[in-house]
Order: sequence, then C-alpha cells, then structure tokens
Amino acid sequence: MPLLEARDVHGGYGGMNILNGVDMAIEADEIGVIVGPNGAGKSTMLKAIFGLLTVSQGEILLRGDPIHNLPSNKLVQKGMGFIPQEHNVFPSLTVKENLEMGAFLKPQNTRRMLAQIYDFFPPLYDKRHQPAGELSGGQRQMVAMGRALMAEPELLLLDEPTAGLSPLYMNEIFERVKQINAAGVGILMVEQNAKQALAIADKGFVLAAGQNRFTDSGAALLADPEVAKSFLGG
Amino acid sequence: MNELVFFINNVVIAGSVTGSIYAIGAVGVTLVFSIMRFAHFAHADMMTFGAFMVLLLTLLFPSAGSAVGLPTAVVMLPLAMLLTATLAVGIDRAFYKPLRAHGVKPIVMVIASLGVTLMLQGLIRLFAGTGGQSLYIDDRKEIFRLALPFEGVRAPIVITEPQIILFVLTIAAVVGLHLFLSRSRLGKAMRAMSDNPDLAQASGINTNLIVAVTWVIAGGLAAIAGTLLSLDVTFKPDLSFFILLPIFAAAIVGGVGHPFGAIAGGFVVGFAETLAVFNWSVLLRPFRDSLPEWLAQAGNLAFVGTEYKIVVPFFILVAILVWRPTGIFKGKVI
Amino acid sequence: MSTQHSDRRADLVAAPAHFPRREVALFSALLVAVLGVYALMGTAYSTRMLVEAACYAILALGLTIQWGYAGQFNAGVMGFVALGGFSAMAFSVPVNEAFWASELPGELGLALLYLVAAVLVVFGATRLDRLGVPRRLRTLIAVALAVVLYIAVIGTLRGVTDQIESRVDFVGGLGLPPWLGWIVGGALAGGVGYFIGKICLGLRSDYLAIATLGIAEIIKAFLKNSDWLTRGTATVSPLPWPTPGPAELGFTLARALYLSLTAVLIALIFFLLHRAYHAPWGRMIRAIRDNEISAAAMGKDINRRRLEIFVLGCILMGIGGGVLGTFNSLFDPQGYLPLNHTFLVLVMVILGGPGNNLGTIFGAVAVYIIWIMSEPLALFLMELAVSVGESAFGWEVVGNLDSRALQARVFVIGLLITLVLRFAPKGLLPEKVIHHG
Repeated sequence: MPLLEARDVHGGYGGMNILNGVDMAIEADEIGVIVGPNGAGKSTMLKAIFGLLTVSQGEILLRGDPIHNLPSNKLVQKGMGFIPQEHNVFPSLTVKENLEMGAFLKPQNTRRMLAQIYDFFPPLYDKRHQPAGELSGGQRQMVAMGRALMAEPELLLLDEPTAGLSPLYMNEIFERVKQINAAGVGILMVEQNAKQALAIADKGFVLAAGQNRFTDSGAALLADPEVAKSFLGG
Repeated sequence: MNELVFFINNVVIAGSVTGSIYAIGAVGVTLVFSIMRFAHFAHADMMTFGAFMVLLLTLLFPSAGSAVGLPTAVVMLPLAMLLTATLAVGIDRAFYKPLRAHGVKPIVMVIASLGVTLMLQGLIRLFAGTGGQSLYIDDRKEIFRLALPFEGVRAPIVITEPQIILFVLTIAAVVGLHLFLSRSRLGKAMRAMSDNPDLAQASGINTNLIVAVTWVIAGGLAAIAGTLLSLDVTFKPDLSFFILLPIFAAAIVGGVGHPFGAIAGGFVVGFAETLAVFNWSVLLRPFRDSLPEWLAQAGNLAFVGTEYKIVVPFFILVAILVWRPTGIFKGKVI
Repeated sequence: MSTQHSDRRADLVAAPAHFPRREVALFSALLVAVLGVYALMGTAYSTRMLVEAACYAILALGLTIQWGYAGQFNAGVMGFVALGGFSAMAFSVPVNEAFWASELPGELGLALLYLVAAVLVVFGATRLDRLGVPRRLRTLIAVALAVVLYIAVIGTLRGVTDQIESRVDFVGGLGLPPWLGWIVGGALAGGVGYFIGKICLGLRSDYLAIATLGIAEIIKAFLKNSDWLTRGTATVSPLPWPTPGPAELGFTLARALYLSLTAVLIALIFFLLHRAYHAPWGRMIRAIRDNEISAAAMGKDINRRRLEIFVLGCILMGIGGGVLGTFNSLFDPQGYLPLNHTFLVLVMVILGGPGNNLGTIFGAVAVYIIWIMSEPLALFLMELAVSVGESAFGWEVVGNLDSRALQARVFVIGLLITLVLRFAPKGLLPEKVIHHG
C-alpha cells in the first residue's frame, strides 16, 4: 500500500478549479518531486493534500485512509508535516520555542526530539535562544524543517524549500532532504530547481494546467528528451 | 515638604492605581487582538460584569472574608474570575465564532462586539440599577497613614487597603502572565498563533483551543481589573466607554499584540491622566515669592478639569496614531 | 407590532436576493405599521414620531455611505449629531442682549485671539527644524511652548467664561434662521470628521471605530461642561422652528409642516446620493471597498477617496442632528446618548441594508417605530414580571424600576446587532451589486 495516494484530484479557490485531475502515489521510503511551469498547480496540489483547500472531486489517501478535506491539525496527528514556502517560522519565538511548537501534539517527545534536531542542524543549537525572525533565510529553512520533524512525521511536504536561497544553502537543503528520507520519512516536495530536485527523486510528477503530463522515476524524467525540452529548459 | 507628600498621594499613588487597572484591562484587549485580530469593544463591560459578580457573591456571603482576614470581595475574586471567563468563552461560542467561521472582516467583529457590549450593559443595569455601590459590605476599608520622619512634615502618606491589594494583585497577574506566556506549552502556542495563525495550525496546534484559552485569560483579567477599580472607589455599572477608551489607548501605545507593551501603556495612560488633572499650583506654593504674579495668583493650574479626563487618553491615542501607529515598542503590526 | 415582526422574519428567510417586489412588500408593511400607530396613539403623537424617524433617516443615510459604500465604521454618530444640535441652537436662539451690552464679548474675542496666536506659535515652533534647529531641540521647544501657552490661554479663557456664566448666564444665540445653523452644523461635523479621518483612515479599520467613539464622548463632555456656551445641564429651550410652530397651527399641523420640510430634505439628499453612487466617483468608492489592493494597483488615491466619503457622511450626520435638535426645540447635551444616537442608527443601517439608500430609509423608519413602541412595552413587561414575582415568589420591589426596565431595550438593541450580523449580514434590502466589465 502506498504511503500517499491521490486519485483524480480536482480543487481550487472560490469555485475556480486549478487542479483538474491529478494522480500521485509515493511509497513510504521515497522522495516524490512535483515540477512544472508557473501556474501548473504544483503548490496548490501540496495544499490540497494538507487540507488547506477544498478538494471538490477525487480522493487522497494516507496509508489507505481517505484524508481529503480534513483540517490540517488532524493531518499532523495522522503523521503528516508541512513546510510552507513563505512565513514558515514564528518570527517572535526563539528557535527553541519554534521547534517546541512542532511537537505541540507530542509534548512528551520534546526533549528527545530537540536533541536530535540540534544534532541534525548544529547551527540551530548555537542560535536556540534567538528569535527566529532574526535568522538568515537558510537558517530559517532549517528551523522550519526542524519544526516539522519534531512531530516525527511519516510524510513531509515541502513547498519550494530552496526558493530564494544561495546555491550553497540550496545544496545543503537538498542534502538534508536526502538524509531525512534516508531516516525513513517519505518526502513530497515542489521545486523550481527541477534538474537538481529530479536528481534526488524516486518519483517525479510533471504537472501542467492542473493535470499530470509525465509521471515516472526522477532519473527517467531527466533522461526524457521531451521533458527536458518542454520543462527543464533544454 | 508637605507639598511633596501631597504630590505623592495625589499623583504617584493615584497614578499607579489607575495605571495598574488600565494595564490589566489593556493586556486582555491586546491578547484578544493578537489572537483574533479585532478590537474587542465589550472588554469594559466584561470588567463591569466581573465586578458585579464579586458584588453579588459578597452580598451572598458577607462574612466570608473575615475568616481569612481579607475583604470579602477579594476572597470572592477567584470565583468571579471563573464566572467571567466562562461568560467570555460563552460569548465567543455564541456570537463571535459563527462570524469567524464565515470569514468576516475584522471590522464586522468589532460591530458584533459592540452588540455584545450593549447586551452586557443592559443585563447588568437591569439587575444592578445605574447607581454606584460599595464592594465593602461587612468589612471596613482600612486606611494607612504613614507619617514621614522629617521636621515640619505634617501630612502623612495615605494609602488604603484596596490599593495595597491592587498593587499585589497587579504584580501577581503580570508575573503569572509572563510565566504562562514564556514557559507553558499553551502560552507559547498562543504567541505562535499571534505570530502566524496558519503555521500554528500546520504545526498541529488546535487553534480553537487557543482561542478558548485566550478568552479565559481575557475574562479572568477583566474580572480582576473591574474588581480592583470598584474596590478603589465604588462599583459603577455605567462606566463602559469611559474605561474602554483609556484601555484601548494603552493597548495601542504599547503596540497591539504586545502584552508587556500594554502594561507599560496602561501606566503611561494612567499617569498621564493623573498628571493632567493634578493641580500644579500646589507644588508652586513654596516658591510663591519668586514667581511672576500671574503664575503665583493662579488658583487652578490643572491641564484639564476632571470633567474632561477622557480627553487625555484620546489625546494620547491620537498622538500615537499620528507619530507611531505601531506603538512605543518596536512591534509587529497586526 | 407582533404581526409586523413575524412578517419580517418570514421575509428574512424566504425571499431571494433580487426579488423585485421585495421593496413594495416591505414598504407596504411599513405603511400598515404607521397607520396602526396613528390609529392607536393619535395624530399629534404619531406625526412627531414620523418627524423624528425622518431625522434619523438623515443620520442613517450618513452612516450608510460610510459603512455601506466605503466599509468605514463610525462608532461616534452621537458626537456629530450633538454638534449639529448645538449649531442649530447657537444660530437660532435669540440674541442675549445682556451679554452683547457688556464688555465680555470683547474679552472673549481677545481670549480666542490669544488661542489662535498660541496655536500659530506652536505650529511655527514645529517648523523650526527648517531654520537649522536640530530636530530634538525643536521637539523640546515645541512641547515646552505648547505647555506654557496652553496654561496661559486656558487660564485667560476660564476667567472670561466664569464671568460670562456668573453675569449673563450664557452667550446666547445669533437669532438667525435655523437652517443656517443646520448647514454650519454639517460643516462643523465635517470638520471634526476630516480631523479624525485624516488620522485614522490609513490605519486599521478598528482604529477609526475607537477614535470616533472617543471624539463623540469628548464632544458631549465639552457641550455639557461649557455652561457659558450651551448652559450645560440647564439646557436651552425653546429653539425656534423654520416653519410655523405649534402655537400658531396646533401640534398636528405644525408637525406635519415640519415633516414635509424634512421629507424634502431627505428627497434632496437621496437624489444627490443616487447621482453620486452611479457616478464614476461612487464606482471608485465601491471598488476601493471591495478590493483595496487592486484599486490601489489601478492608481486610485485610496486614502483621499476614503476621507471624502467619511467627511460627507459626517456632514449628513451634522445636518440631521441640527434638524432633530430644532424639532425637539430643546438643546440638552446630556440627552445625547450612545444608545439613542449611535447604536440605534447603526441598527437602522445594518437592518435596512448598508449601501442601499432606500433600504436605509426603510430601516430608519421601521426601527424607530419599534424603538418608540418598545418603551411602553418594556415598562408593561417589567410591571407584569414584578407583580408575578411579588405574588408568586414574594420578591421585594426594588427602586427605580422604570429606568431599569428601559435598560432591557439596551439589551435588545445589542442582541439585534449581533443577530443581524449573523443571519442577515446584507440587511433586509441588500445593496444591489452591479458588476462592471
């Protein structure tokens, strides 16, 4: 049974459909990457999975359980974590408090998970008493990932985690994503840097106009000349 | 020296009393603002409701206080806080939550809270009438006179029992609130939700729970503020907007959404009010001989008469909105 | 009254938004209610009620353009109404010969001149930085000057006003026609509205509500405590009418004449507002209300348009306040209450239909009838409750029962506001939204 499965998902904002039938499936140990041109519905799909917009047709299953249109705090309980592209930290809370908020539903794990996160992102330990709003973009992304990991999710959704970061941080983030996945967390992320993202992807989904255009392994999509021509800039 | 004692009695002590009351009221307003993003106009009548509960309980058990050695009204305060908190949560469920679910603009919530304030006013005055009433039913208001050990000082520093209780309770409330917001899981979640409600929800924080907690705290603090105000003078059912304006001014001065800014703002507004109605000619009396005649002759050198007290918070409000709408502390704009 | 109430509930649930006969049905029901009041309470009483309802309709039109057209919430209608009433009083009341015969007008003029001079000096001090004075020093100088000059001027002014109060009662009026006072009242209200709007309209919408609430209480405090200007709690009456008064024509006819005057006024305002609503200016206002960001992106000067509409609303409230004050023939600053002059108007607007002028007028008349009729009803219910309580439970009767019973109306107005917001947020006659392109 796949970890996450989406079948023929339709949905959008205020009666206007952006998703017109998207299918997706990833296994528990896989990295899935959604790529596509602007306005293809990539982030919208991620939000639909995380209960942030109404799914009007189709279904989304987490380990076989239907989860579409559940409120997002319920989804966190079911083992899903979400890192939005912007405003992904609590700026006036310290780094440590940000992380604690991630474990809001499992307060008994806080101490153990904090130690793990500090191990995983050493810079956060040094800045743990600083308000997150004062950190650089890359460090904020670490706080955001750390916050999501605090809940020990089975599936982590990332919305353009490298947007606006310098190439140095970008590589670091991709490296971290791989490590998180290696620790047994399923990953589904939306990325603008399609080539780099597909390079680490087990599954790639190329969306256009709210529908799947290509669905294959990351390597296969990278090798496909048609995908390269239309979506990866040659 | 007598003039200095006069100043301490009429400005330092009186200003601290008013400031404490405004501070506690403003914290409630600012917490509601930071979580629900609207100016809660019913807060003043919630304060009155809390004081009224204390009055009712005191009338029911007039001698409960003598057992502990405190005024009965203070002994009844925790119960009144509980009742007011329940009322606040109930009001939210009945009137604000449905509107929130519809996603209305904040200003519609403001109008709804005006509707709620009228309902509270009507109910309270229906049962309590409109006249003032002392919260000291069976107890006697103790007054302490501290004579100063200086030559030629005849006037003592006067402080009353309710004022001492007020200072103690204010400090306790501020420390308690600080510990709650910085140490407890729910307190941190409240701050998180004030920072970014969407991310709070995405972190698994139950936002409905946080809203309820906010109302419990706001209601409890309103009961404290209302009771302290009534203890200091008398219980007046019809203060409403006259207490609302200074509280809003305090919250905005401190930066909306900043609990500790609101406390500072409360004292700023409280002292400004007291200083503005203080008759400065008293302080000039010792220097009468060296002053120009028109100044020495002036009998009343107060900035505004007590009947225009409400101008002071309004002036502060306008000044802060013109020069620094985010408040005196560097604040987030909600 | 109960039948009319149930009609309304049925309408509220059943009729679709664009039902064309809705207006006719509602206004017919209103007409029946008015005729009912006439049959029940007599012509003189009922005509008075209609005139007052008409005055409230002007206030409600002022609020509907602020709230309905532009989404600005004014929580201090009372203050603007009181300004209008004051102006109507000051212009129409006979000249106080004793005051003008004394040397006091000259002294008062001098004191006011000092006030103007002081304001100019302080204003000049705030511009000192242009002459090379450091900004901090400039602020210090300006604040110090303001404090000293304020104390000096207020002292002089207090001296003169105390003299006026003790020697000639108050300054008296100008003995001019009331309508001149109405116009100036509108201008005064507009001026205060400009001041408040200038400060608040660029900020969060909540701040405007707070500021208007405050200014209303301040205006009331000023009018109540300035005995030299308004006789304060001693009140001024009678105020002359622009039409022949009851002494010449009898109550019914005189009031009917006054009613036709207000009707003409409303028709005029209604026509002008209708023109403005459909003019490009009105479209722009609504565009700003509905989508501030895209309106700004289209290069509209949002804050300027908002200020215009806010001031316009305040002017209407000032005029309405003047007409109401003259009709009551009494200027009593203490009679201005947030409940009667702010929240009642608010209920009229949100119940009638914010942004819909016809709906607002309907709301004004309907709510005013209910309001007036609820007073005897509340007293009756209270007495009933007390007698039942006395006989069944042996309750003791508490004092000031009448004033307490009227507090029940406060509760009802509050409940009405919350219920309308929740169940009929667009009112009984919703604004007809026209989509452009």
